Amino acid sequence: MKSLAFIATIITGALLIFATVDFPDWGDPNSPASLHVSPRYIEKTVKETGVPNMVTSVLADYRGYDTLFETTVIFTAGITAVMLIRRPRK
Amino acid sequence: MGTIEFIIGKYNYWVYIILMMVGFYAMIAKHNLVKKLIGMNIFQWAIILYYVSIGSKKGGATIPIIQNGHGEVTHAIEAAQYLNPLPHVLMLTAIVVGVSTTGVALALIIMIYRRFHTLEEDEIIDILRAPNK
Amino acid sequence: MITPLENIIIKTLCRLLIPFIQLFGLYVIVHGHGSPGGGFQGGCILAASFVLVVVAFDLPEAKRRFSEKLNNIFCSLGVFIYAWTGWMCLLLGANFLDYGILNKILPVNPVMARYYGMFSIEVGVGITVMAIMVSLFLDLVTGGKHEEALDE
Repeated sequence: MKSLAFIATIITGALLIFATVDFPDWGDPNSPASLHVSPRYIEKTVKETGVPNMVTSVLADYRGYDTLFETTVIFTAGITAVMLIRRPRK
Repeated sequence: MGTIEFIIGKYNYWVYIILMMVGFYAMIAKHNLVKKLIGMNIFQWAIILYYVSIGSKKGGATIPIIQNGHGEVTHAIEAAQYLNPLPHVLMLTAIVVGVSTTGVALALIIMIYRRFHTLEEDEIIDILRAPNK
Repeated sequence: MITPLENIIIKTLCRLLIPFIQLFGLYVIVHGHGSPGGGFQGGCILAASFVLVVVAFDLPEAKRRFSEKLNNIFCSLGVFIYAWTGWMCLLLGANFLDYGILNKILPVNPVMARYYGMFSIEVGVGITVMAIMVSLFLDLVTGGKHEEALDE
């Protein structure tokens, strides 16, 4: 059983390493992740929102709707743990 | 020197794939439930670090906070001077989701222990297969 | 086992450290605009100070200082503050979570109105994250048996 799992892990790792042959280089400034909408966030954040921290302005202003539902996700996890574990009082 | 450049350009992906495979092996080959949960956690953190490493830029890029940015900004802001902030933002959400999943999984493990009084996977399957006890 | 003399050292040090940890957590929440930080990070630091109280002192002592009913109110209060900020923008005439329109009630220009809208939602996120981390920790460390619970 464990040798079968080991062979499956090695095959999956080899397939993933084979797939990284045509990824962009590490630290390339022209990789597709840094080209389309990211320069607009970097250049316009102080002019449009007045906040110099780019991570906070993207998280709370440009993508604020996602943060609302992320807060709902952690709230739901807390309620789920309460519903599963607590025992009733005498 | 094409091979050396190839290795330098890609070795961050290979390191995180090795970490991912360590977590994957722990998830499918161990028999204890808590060890499987720790394997899932290792897998998740390897993926988060993989995405954060995509956002780096060579040539002296600094952290994504604009220097002297309070009030009016008079110097020009170029996109090549600062790191890409988008992977950091998306991975903040992923970290919070990972914490929630771990919390609910630990609560489920406590409930399983209350019902079966064991945490080994093969003993639980034996108890489930012989219901006349 | 811990001798009584070591117990006094742990209790005294924790009593000195906990106010500074809470102050640092509040600093991380409020200075999210200029230094790395924000709502999630500050909320986790505030929850860590409560965990330190439970680890160093007893569990009933910790519950006497921060009751569980207040914690349950804080869980929903943070999400409510976040949604209320978005709802105010909707009532004043703009889209949901479009903070530029808040300069009709605050005496600032539209760029700084976005700044203060961001501050309000970061406070909401920090309160919720702190309350949920404390609630998860209390559930997992007692196994569900809060006071006067049925045994099984």
